[in-house]
Amino acid sequence: MPRLRHGGAAAADCDALRETRAQISVASAAICAYVSSMITELGHFALILAFLVAIVQTVIPLIGAQKRWPSWMAVAEPAAGAQFALTAVAFGALMYGFIVSDFSLQLVWANSHSAKPMLYKISGTWGNHEGSMLLWVLIVALFGAMAAWFGNGLPPTLRARVLSVQGAIAVAFSAFIIFTSNPFLRLDTPPFDGQDLNPLLQDPGLAFHPPFLYLGYVGLSMTFSFAVAALIEGRVDAAWGRWVRPWTLAAWVFLTIGIALGSWWAYYELGWGGFWFWDPVENASFMPWLLAAALLHSAIVVEKREALKSWTILLAILAFGFSLIGTFIVRSGLLTSVHAFANDPERGIWILLIMGFFMGGALVLFTLRAGAMEAKGVFGLASRESALVVNNLLLAVSCFVVFVGTMWPLVAEMFFDRKLSVGPPFFNAAFTPFMVALGLILPVGSVLPWKRANILRAMKPLRYVFLLAIAVGGLAYAMQSGRSLIGPVGMFLGAWLVMGVVVELFQRTGRGSNRMGRLARLPRADWGKAVAHAGLGITMAGIAGLTAWTVDDIRVAQFDQPWTIGNYELTLLDVQEDRGPNYLYTRGILTLAQDGEVIAEMRPEKRFYPVAQMPTTEAAIDYDLIRDVYVVIGDEQNNGGWTIRTYIKPMTNWIWIGAALMALGGLLSLSDRRFRVAAGAGRRREKEDAVVAAE
Amino acid sequence: MKRLALILVLMATPLLAVQPDEILDDPVLEERARELSKGLRCLVCQNESIDESNASLARDLRLLVRERLVAGDSDEEAVDFIVARYGEFVLLNPTTKGANWLLWAAGPLMLLLAGGVGMVYLRGRSRAGEAGETPLSADEQTRLNDILGR
Repeated sequence: MPRLRHGGAAAADCDALRETRAQISVASAAICAYVSSMITELGHFALILAFLVAIVQTVIPLIGAQKRWPSWMAVAEPAAGAQFALTAVAFGALMYGFIVSDFSLQLVWANSHSAKPMLYKISGTWGNHEGSMLLWVLIVALFGAMAAWFGNGLPPTLRARVLSVQGAIAVAFSAFIIFTSNPFLRLDTPPFDGQDLNPLLQDPGLAFHPPFLYLGYVGLSMTFSFAVAALIEGRVDAAWGRWVRPWTLAAWVFLTIGIALGSWWAYYELGWGGFWFWDPVENASFMPWLLAAALLHSAIVVEKREALKSWTILLAILAFGFSLIGTFIVRSGLLTSVHAFANDPERGIWILLIMGFFMGGALVLFTLRAGAMEAKGVFGLASRESALVVNNLLLAVSCFVVFVGTMWPLVAEMFFDRKLSVGPPFFNAAFTPFMVALGLILPVGSVLPWKRANILRAMKPLRYVFLLAIAVGGLAYAMQSGRSLIGPVGMFLGAWLVMGVVVELFQRTGRGSNRMGRLARLPRADWGKAVAHAGLGITMAGIAGLTAWTVDDIRVAQFDQPWTIGNYELTLLDVQEDRGPNYLYTRGILTLAQDGEVIAEMRPEKRFYPVAQMPTTEAAIDYDLIRDVYVVIGDEQNNGGWTIRTYIKPMTNWIWIGAALMALGGLLSLSDRRFRVAAGAGRRREKEDAVVAAE
Repeated sequence: MKRLALILVLMATPLLAVQPDEILDDPVLEERARELSKGLRCLVCQNESIDESNASLARDLRLLVRERLVAGDSDEEAVDFIVARYGEFVLLNPTTKGANWLLWAAGPLMLLLAGGVGMVYLRGRSRAGEAGETPLSADEQTRLNDILGR
């Protein structure tokens, strides 16, 4: 296998070969370059093929479904599989280019470096515009293939149309990649080494943040496809609600994980312990999350009560619409800087066109067909249905607020000739009230019976925990030094949500003996709901605690001279300077002590990446459930000593524990029996078909 | 050339947000300065306040804010001083002046609108209840059975 081994060798090896060319045959160097370049060309070719297959996947099944031709509809499944396989080959080839540092690829040269650790060579594949768009298309194809493989229970026409719409999305974005952002472009003369990936991105948290985020973002394309297919069919019923919910759940779970990873990364990497910045790019992922959360809840009403149908369809369209807006915001660079857009208007305009086509088309279809979706279920003003309507109202309006805040600087500049900023103070003031209201009504809404309820009777079991939660908030107010309400309100909401969940679970077990047994046998969807709602409460409490009660200290620290912050004592012992794999670093060694006892050694670093000419800070964090101690090292002072910043950040980890619980709740719900039953029904039918065929 | 490289390296070294030498001796003034800094944008960064930013321009602005406070400016006067020099863009918290009222009112207005539509819908649903529920059609019943595997 000498040939393959050469092909797998890094471009660094290719360089080595070049240096010792006198000793080895020219032929082997040529083979080395040849195999590497062949894989790249194969990837390029696969991408173009995937584009063509996606066109087939879009056109043939759509016509087939219209004309009721089974053989044409049947094209959808193999096409979706093939399109996924081909896109995967293209993505794999690009990743291969990054792994072996093939600097003949322009993209690899611009975003990688031979001395970079392997993990970041791999994550470099999606750490840039072209590669991340390819990942985007790969995930569209993945979801299409999943729907093809697991969608046996769907009526054939609906399935063909869903896959056709999914294919159309892939066509649009593959074309976008091939014509404006081709990752497989070559350089005439390959340089010796690359320009390196932005050092901030060279971090394990951020290596996996984009794939999760994209799985969520792009996963919403599936709900969109279901919505458009249902509009074409002209039928939305309980079964549709049941089919679309697992996809929404999956997308929402991935989005939750992706956003939490990103926020955790910002917390430990950016050097001052913020976890959310209301940056346009962050908002771009948060808006689809809010709408997906609304969609999750409204799809329940469709599934259980056949009401809210047209609203749910609209939400499914809008949720993906916000994913597209997010992609546009991030990819065009329009909001971070108007100039970034002017430099490369082609890409932004492409995405705008794609967005216009899909949103415009879907919304026109919606207005034509929405009338046909008569609601069936009837319910009183006080009912679970109404509570879920309020939930949707709050989530959708809060998403709207984030949207307006994100776009306002652009609007103000274009129409009012004002260059202004909309920063965190606006979002904190305008967005938070909706979340407080949401938290306030959630425990009540989730115990209300369907159809018709007596609010007072339903709330009765909650009154003690409500008083208890008020007491928790009051205690927080009494114990804090300032007058701010953020902390106490957050503690109240956290306690109210978590205890509300406990009461609700207990209510579900009925009366009499063996309540624990019945608790354990509750459907997984009920457990999922409970866990996710408790997670929301924990996250809210964490955000409030961190925002309200952070303490910080900035000073010039001298060696071996301890200082105190809160109940803690810190001592700077040593500062070392050395080099890491692809950076230089300055590392402080400190001890953290409490009541005279050392509880941790802290090693904050600042790094300098010479290739990218960029510094980064690596905070030292002593994680704990109650508080994090967060230490950052700065510069050496002329008159001795080092600048050290210390923060005590209470309840920080609650934010991510809560997010993890929300994701876990989604997964639990996803594994519920009724979704498996729906998928199983199809499999059973297949078996029967097989039996018939055998006879 | 060597000197240029050295300057570049020094420029790139993080200065770390608020520096110890910037901190005012008066803790009350310092607290006010920190609060104001959190609402002022670092003009050369992406969406960072001058309190968080490592950029040298942010440091200049932090010093300027402190200078104004020491000179006896009120919070408002200090911010106005900065806005007069750097424009509205420097405010992370947008004003309510001019068209900006639309930005601030967008959420509440939308809530009213959506709440109104929602209320009409809910009333419609509960009225429809008086007319009685429609049962599943035969077609729907077969599909339901199919899905449930009955």
